[in-house]
Amino acid sequence: MAVTVKLPTILRKFSGNEAKVGADGATLRDVLTDLEGNYPGITKNVIAEDGGLHRFINVYLNDEDVRYLGSLETEVADGDTVSILPAVAGGR
Amino acid sequence: MTPQPMFDEDQVQRYARHIILPNIGGAGQRKLIDSSVLVIGAGGLGSPVALYLAAAGIGTLGIVDFDEVDLSNLQRQILHTTNDVGRSKVESAVEHLRAINPTIDVVGHEQLLFSTNVYDVFEGYDVIVDGTDNFPVRYLVNDATQFMGKPLVYGSIYQFEGQATVFMPGQETPCYRCLFPSPPPPGTVPSCAEGGVFGVLPGVIGGIQATEAIKLITGEGDSLEGRLLLYDALHMDFQEVKIRWDADCPVCGKEPTITELIDYEAFCGVPAR
Repeated sequence: MAVTVKLPTILRKFSGNEAKVGADGATLRDVLTDLEGNYPGITKNVIAEDGGLHRFINVYLNDEDVRYLGSLETEVADGDTVSILPAVAGGR
Repeated sequence: MTPQPMFDEDQVQRYARHIILPNIGGAGQRKLIDSSVLVIGAGGLGSPVALYLAAAGIGTLGIVDFDEVDLSNLQRQILHTTNDVGRSKVESAVEHLRAINPTIDVVGHEQLLFSTNVYDVFEGYDVIVDGTDNFPVRYLVNDATQFMGKPLVYGSIYQFEGQATVFMPGQETPCYRCLFPSPPPPGTVPSCAEGGVFGVLPGVIGGIQATEAIKLITGEGDSLEGRLLLYDALHMDFQEVKIRWDADCPVCGKEPTITELIDYEAFCGVPAR
């Protein structure tokens, strides 16, 4: 399944500053593995050592937080958008 | 007995454009004048929020900060001017907000927020607007507004990206902890001083926060409650994602484990779920 991955600012250093990149996979885990293949190091801040999602970063499949879907096992479809969203605190 | 007029002469002229506007009108403007809003932070986000809320006639407008105006602030903290450099931000803010609208009550709270004072500071305000710049205070403000039953208008920025939403108190409505259960480890997200920030970015997000605060008070329109608005200034991209109530949230879930205010300063002290 070909999806678009929207990258937050803090991960764009891995993608040559691209905000949107393409990736392939049947599940979110596959998509992130594909992403890691093209942009080594990019998923370190997304996938924790235990193989699950980091608790301080949110991943959305279209407009749904994947925590409420199947987490990393969420199936993706052609044309879906995966958005990676860290918390940011800036206000000043 | 003659009924009290809704507005005095100054107000009729000052708020004329609201009074004739559908969805606001005299009734909505009266609600704004009768309301009280607290803006936390007189910086990048706090500046546009407070300016627009003062202009809109929020009857009691509080502003919290503990910092001094620095020259590097003026690139985006539009509440302050060059003459204010070196001055208390709260003092500067109060002066400029009163100049915009001398008919409202502008209250300066020159203090840092801790678990020991946040209830006192928040007391009496109808809506709280978060314009802070660090995770510990954001979590503290979330908890306090949840426990006190006050709506929280959230906004945050980083370089070219912004986020905004409204967190409502009450049953089965999400809070900030539902959205971000854990802050990032220290050092993973640079501050504005370290990473830089696009000057006009907080102007957009702050404007959205002021919009949401005004809609909460007037009761008009559709609020951002349950939706996280994501803005990318560089690509002029707006995106919305859903925010769900988390039944396991330690603050607002079915069985809360955090029932008192905590100072999250010692970052690692954020309780594990």
